[in-house]
Amino acid sequence: MTASLERLAPVWFTIALFALWEASCRLLSIDPFILPAPSEVFAALVQYWRPVLRHSLVTLWTTMAGFAMAVVFGIALGLVVGWSRTIYRGIYPVLVGFNTIPKVAVVPVLVIWFGIGEIPAILTAFLISFFPIVVNVATGLATMEPELEDVLRALGAKKLDIMTKVGIPRALPYLFGSLKVAITLAFVGSVVSETIAANAGIGFLMAQAGANFQMPLVFAGLLALAVEGIAMYGLFALVERRMTRWAFRSQGSAAA
Amino acid sequence: MTPFVALDGVTLTYRGAAGDVTALSGTSLTVGRGEFAAVVGPSGCGKSTLMKLVTGLVPPTEGRVTVDGAAVTGPVKIAGMAFQNPNLLPWRTVVDNVLLPLEIVEPHRRRFRAERKRYKAEAEALLATVGLAGFGERFPWELSGGMQQRASLCRALIHEPALLMLDEPFAALDAFTREELWCVLRDLWERIGFTVILVTHDLREAAFLADTVHVMSARPGRIVTSRRVELPRPRDLEVCFEPPFVELVHELRGRIAEMRAA
Ligand SMILES: Nc1ncnc2c1ncn2[C@@H]1O[C@H](COP(=O)(O)OP(=O)(O)O)[C@@H](O)[C@H]1O
Ligand SMILES: [Mg+2]
Repeated sequence: MTASLERLAPVWFTIALFALWEASCRLLSIDPFILPAPSEVFAALVQYWRPVLRHSLVTLWTTMAGFAMAVVFGIALGLVVGWSRTIYRGIYPVLVGFNTIPKVAVVPVLVIWFGIGEIPAILTAFLISFFPIVVNVATGLATMEPELEDVLRALGAKKLDIMTKVGIPRALPYLFGSLKVAITLAFVGSVVSETIAANAGIGFLMAQAGANFQMPLVFAGLLALAVEGIAMYGLFALVERRMTRWAFRSQGSAAA
Repeated sequence: MTPFVALDGVTLTYRGAAGDVTALSGTSLTVGRGEFAAVVGPSGCGKSTLMKLVTGLVPPTEGRVTVDGAAVTGPVKIAGMAFQNPNLLPWRTVVDNVLLPLEIVEPHRRRFRAERKRYKAEAEALLATVGLAGFGERFPWELSGGMQQRASLCRALIHEPALLMLDEPFAALDAFTREELWCVLRDLWERIGFTVILVTHDLREAAFLADTVHVMSARPGRIVTSRRVELPRPRDLEVCFEPPFVELVHELRGRIAEMRAA
């Protein structure tokens, strides 16, 4: 009884939030140009479901493409950075510096290089989401117990042996943990880019709707984005649990 | 006895950004083939450093380390190691943890894939000798601390090393479990006959298990006394309550107290 209540808690909270939103809009008679009520947002969603769906799929595709690049590149760079302390010390400050650049500032540059369209969105999603992957993979490798390394080195193990037998499996929970964070960041990247320079995608749709004062449609776009983001987050949280069960079961585990 | 492990005037200085630390200074030590040697000393005196030197993980700054008649210039590859922390890999079953060295050391490495079944049977048999029969398919987190340490001993011994290096392996266990594991180690040693260097700060542990107890000074460490233990073998835990044992522990304790005062 309490267990099922706990499991359904997110559903109740979401419903309660929408109810509160609807009630506030009505009772305080908020101007729909400022904040449309959920009923108006859902009405817009029903009315414009075709364009919303089409633009959602574009955003999903650019986000996933950028995210896929981030995963490949992030794992590769993470392995390099985590490989040796010297590389770790050398590259880390550069990475942190790069990560502090607001990615919005990079979009105009990407537009000049690649023109308006999907490519800047994909690249922005990539640029914004690879950092947590690199950091987590490198941390997983770099925090290996030195004594375990000694045990293997005394047996004549090469660095590659130590990495494949211990380092990489040990870094997996860190990697899968970072994917959840990275996918949500990738959405931020693609939507920001679409808002500035694109002719498709949820970001573009919202910018257009905003310019036409169609506030319920703007919010319908936000809602579609939230659904996509939550679905992807849930997917990667599931993948994480599946792939690294041991890290959740053992108390002295690496993954937080 | 020809020495199997010999340190001859070994000094080791760690170079660091915050200054150099001399961990060992002019240390000499010999351990015969098949001998059980214990090294005792205060914390931070360089016991773990001594382990790293013997296994070839760090080169001496000065002096010479030889194992099995040859100067040590890199990882010796004939040593098994176990530490205070069992360090089992949580994503592998207990038996797969024990098999890990065979995936690295030649000639097993080459044969491992083809003869996995046979190796696995050997590992299960070894686990059975330390009281872990039937636990091979469990995961490390399903085992108690003492059981994990037993598995860690098996991992250190699976490739039949000529030299077993133990760095305070029982320090984190409760007194009863620790004594059980003394007996496990004693039985393994009597059955297989490898050479052991056991680092500990438990004088009773050293006296019960070892043929020779080496006492180290505070940092920079060196061996100040080497005391043979004449207690007859096979020893059982009752020996710990008899006068010769108690006197020996008392004497070792005196040595350490003297050295700390100096
Ligand atoms: N990698 C290292 N770099 C610098 N100093 C070290 C390193 N390892 C150990 N030391 C220092 O050397 C001394 C001896 O350490 P260790 O051999 O671990 O002592 P013990 O095992 O007897 O407690 C300590 O003072 C320690 O701080
Ligand atoms: Mg130590």
